[in-house]
Amino acid sequence: MAEAAEVRRRIYVWEFPVRLSHWVNVMAITVLSVTGLYIGTPFLYPVSDQSFTMGWMRFLHLTAGYAFLMMIALRVYWSFAGNKYSNWRVFVPRSKSQVQDLKEVTNYYLFKRSTPPYDEGHTACAAFAYFLLFLIFLFQIVSGFALFNNDSHTAVHFILGGWLANLMNIKTIRFWHHMLMYPIWAFVIVHIYLSLLMDSSGKNGLLGSIFGGYKFMAGRG
Amino acid sequence: MGEGKDLRDSSPTVYQALRQRGVSRRDFMKFCSLMAATLALPASFAPKIAEALEKAKRPSLVWLEFQDCCGNTESFLRASNPTVVDIVLDVLSVDYHETIMAPAGKDAEKSLQDVVKNQKGKYICVVEGAIPTRDGGVYCCVGGRAAIDIAKEVCGNSLATIAMGACAWDGGIPSANPNPTGAVGVKDVISGVPIINLPGCPANVVNLTGTVVHYLTFGSLPLTDNNGAPLFGYGTRIHDACQRRAHYDAGRYVRQWGDEGHRNGWCLYYMGCKGPETYKNCPTAQWNDRTSWPVGAGHNCIGCASPKFWDTMTPFYSRLAAIPGFGVESTADKVGLGLAIATAAGVTAHAIARAGRKHIRHEDEEKTAKTEGK
Ligand code: HEM
Ligand code: HEM
Ligand code: SF4
Repeated sequence: MAEAAEVRRRIYVWEFPVRLSHWVNVMAITVLSVTGLYIGTPFLYPVSDQSFTMGWMRFLHLTAGYAFLMMIALRVYWSFAGNKYSNWRVFVPRSKSQVQDLKEVTNYYLFKRSTPPYDEGHTACAAFAYFLLFLIFLFQIVSGFALFNNDSHTAVHFILGGWLANLMNIKTIRFWHHMLMYPIWAFVIVHIYLSLLMDSSGKNGLLGSIFGGYKFMAGRG
Repeated sequence: MGEGKDLRDSSPTVYQALRQRGVSRRDFMKFCSLMAATLALPASFAPKIAEALEKAKRPSLVWLEFQDCCGNTESFLRASNPTVVDIVLDVLSVDYHETIMAPAGKDAEKSLQDVVKNQKGKYICVVEGAIPTRDGGVYCCVGGRAAIDIAKEVCGNSLATIAMGACAWDGGIPSANPNPTGAVGVKDVISGVPIINLPGCPANVVNLTGTVVHYLTFGSLPLTDNNGAPLFGYGTRIHDACQRRAHYDAGRYVRQWGDEGHRNGWCLYYMGCKGPETYKNCPTAQWNDRTSWPVGAGHNCIGCASPKFWDTMTPFYSRLAAIPGFGVESTADKVGLGLAIATAAGVTAHAIARAGRKHIRHEDEEKTAKTEGK
């Protein structure tokens, strides 16, 4: 064991589309949260007669929204076209080994074991969190376009989300579109913390992997 | 025109009726231009409308009131310029209207029966107010008959029925949650006759007249949207025709009633304006003979022309709904921020606990090592 730990294997886990969608989404969500909060409660005061504050906020929200949509679409495509680490199968723990991994990771978080289990890709726990997050993302996109359908009555915007207004009234859509921003924030807090934690305890180059794509795995153990 | 003629053969035409009432040619032409504008037709249509109204017979009209507040009738009668009221009343031959007709009691009911019997399929029926359906419809009776029975008979035999106002359209305020009387709109209980809905609380009389004039001019009812409301009146969004829109885009908002922004006529979005999701011609048609309209007068739109507006557009003075079951103080933002802060606290607690554990584990390991060493 001790010898194996010395030998690091360089594994290409996060291919370019995964990293691209990750970082574009990080930027998009930041922009969407700030501009979204302004759209909900315009907290800035006009500075001059030439201000176009709400106009810009909506423009940025919409632009970031489209970028977000594209990146989610890319990531969904990649969960069929990409490598095994990004495949759709990893996101819901169904197989025995996934359930086992979920238990082990949870045990590690609850201090019941001292080292994290061996995972080349996402841990089962992280993957499942991403799956739940993905559902929120989908709702944000559909509800966002449902709200936008009031500004733009095109077939495209109807397909992207306008249809939701037939199931829920606009007030309910807006409420959830606003409310579900906060679980995303909560996710990000936990996500960054756990990335740092797993990077330092796993010693596998996890943090670097989302930038460069490679992890440096010690021997199985 | 064609259909107009056989409505009522002995009566004078619309134009004759107006002249008898002393409406000048000039006022008549003005009215025709207003109608062309309301119907979103080019000004060149005004003479065509005039021509049609000169020949058309006045359609008989009966006006039923059910679960209502009489607000549509008020709106109908409250045009500031008396000539327009005259014109409106004279374009239509109002044979039955509980609030404004002269006969009362049995005589009144008889004039309704006469219209239904003698002009079956030829009169226009306007309904104001919702129709209760629970417990056999006992919650609204007129002359001893349930509203739902009257509606079935009178609307069912009409040429077309116009549901005037939010309540007649989709149940409106009487049908608001929890809807104790099972109130519904006309379209929910009547079938087989064309129904034109004029949502709004109240509906604008210009849209009622416009619908009738459209019929008299073109011989057909106006095109409608998926709410059954005429596109000429309900096809544009309040927000897109609003005079305060430039302030919206610029980010200039009224933040408190009577503040500087309010005095300067800034946008009412921050105060909860529902103009961005409401479709009606209020900004252009306006009210009280085009004097003003709610947003023009400094009050936010409450979305009264939207489906189930009492349930879906409240709170009127806030863009964002309150969280159900929480107090008004617990806004979505407070709860959301609470979640984020609790998460950050949880993460911090985990980090601290982990540091502590590491320490303990370290000591444990040292101890084990020592004991083993011994
Ligand atoms: C808005 C903020 C963020 C969101 C929504 C987010 C979301 C995600 C998602 C969905 C994944 C899974 C990737 C995939 O399979 O497509 C992921 C992976 C990852 N993210 Fe983020 N992320 C955010 C910010 C960050 C930041 C700031 C960092 C760096 C500290 C980071 C580090 C990582 C790492 C290291 C992984 C790979 C972890 C693993 O294998 O499970 N993320 N993130
Ligand atoms: C992570 C994703 C997103 C977040 C966190 C987010 C956040 C928000 C927030 C907080 C609001 C204010 C709601 C209010 O209180 O009225 C808002 C409004 C809005 N969002 Fe998003 N949004 C996201 C994605 C999207 C997407 C993908 C679109 C689609 C283009 C979109 C379109 C809109 C529109 C049109 C509004 C204005 C609603 C209105 O006029 O009332 N959003 N967003
Ligand atoms: S007052 Fe209302 S309708 Fe007018 S621009 Fe502002 S939000 Fe839109």
